[in-house]
Amino acid sequence: MADALTAAYALRLGDDALILSHRLSEWVGHGPELEEDIALANTSLDLLGQARLLLACAGEREGKGRDEDALAYGRDVLDFSNLLLVEQPNGDFAQTMVRQFLFDAYAVELWPRLSASRDEALAGVAGKAAKEAAYHVEQSAAWVVRMGDGTEESHARAQSGLNLLWPYAGEIFEADEVEAALAEKGIAVAPSALREHWQARVEPVLEEAGLAPPEGAGVRKGGRQGRHSEHLGHLLAEFQFMQRAYPGAEW
Amino acid sequence: MVNRAEKARRLAEAVLDPEIPVLTAGDLGIVREVEEDGGRLVVRLTPTYSGCPASEAIRRDVEAALTAGGFVDAVVETCLAPAWTTDWMSEDGKAKLAAYGIAPPARGPVSCPHCGGAAVEELSRFGSTPCKALWRCLGCREPFERFKCL
Repeated sequence: MADALTAAYALRLGDDALILSHRLSEWVGHGPELEEDIALANTSLDLLGQARLLLACAGEREGKGRDEDALAYGRDVLDFSNLLLVEQPNGDFAQTMVRQFLFDAYAVELWPRLSASRDEALAGVAGKAAKEAAYHVEQSAAWVVRMGDGTEESHARAQSGLNLLWPYAGEIFEADEVEAALAEKGIAVAPSALREHWQARVEPVLEEAGLAPPEGAGVRKGGRQGRHSEHLGHLLAEFQFMQRAYPGAEW
Repeated sequence: MVNRAEKARRLAEAVLDPEIPVLTAGDLGIVREVEEDGGRLVVRLTPTYSGCPASEAIRRDVEAALTAGGFVDAVVETCLAPAWTTDWMSEDGKAKLAAYGIAPPARGPVSCPHCGGAAVEELSRFGSTPCKALWRCLGCREPFERFKCL
């Protein structure tokens, strides 16, 4: 049965996972050490798995015959609804891990709650993703502390990453009619309800790391509505190249 | 006389994990349901990790095994809930993992699969596949992989 709201919600969560997965995959072969290269690839793979399930769910609910591949490779920038946070460039390893931590601290609060969704498909995906996010956040939090509380150089890089990315974190808790209507039905988790839990995870880690969020930073948003930073187009150019050049190609 | 569903279950559970070829789908506990649905045989598998590439290979191998076993109209479906846990791995499977050199998932302390030593340390929380972490034994000095508890 077509259900445009649930389709839009699944697409938002799926786009977050897909775009962040691609960003992390850009590190493959470039990690600071072999173990971290593998860790980033593993995390990327988990996110890709979540993205596939969520995009497949979105396609079914949309009811227009689009599968996960059609949604991943066949949409342009304006049709993507991911958070601006996840499309921001990797920068250095510190910036990447700060971005990952800000996202993981949200994901680890979202998925366990969404696993109680009245939508069985979303609840199923969420139940698996909850276990994966719990593992991811341990890794990213440990790196934020290690770098923030490390050398002058690593501290400066972590703080610089935080200054750059902090304004994008606010978008996580923004909701429009999609989340509002679905949260009322017990299908979605209201993003605003996650803010205090996210803060309770983020603040102690930043404190231990000796890092401070930039003061007076505003909120940069618009990704959910398709208003993206310039970075997403470049990402999609690489991600979608093969299917754009050879539509429907398989191997 | 073994009924059709039971025969199909045995075929599906005998399929080997391509990443860790000492384990069968049955050892992993990923064959969740096998049932006759209006004359059609349905086998439901659950993925270990959302993005595990082995899941797709196992699914194809299960389809092939069923076809070869005479279940030409069998359908293999994926079920996500309840989410897979390492608690579903059989004791036999855990013993096979240890013999293969991979520390099996256990809620208690980890021991070296080579010498059995208890003095071990984690090197990296991520290993060659999403389901494993890198460890080493401080006794025999051998590195080993550990199947993560999930």
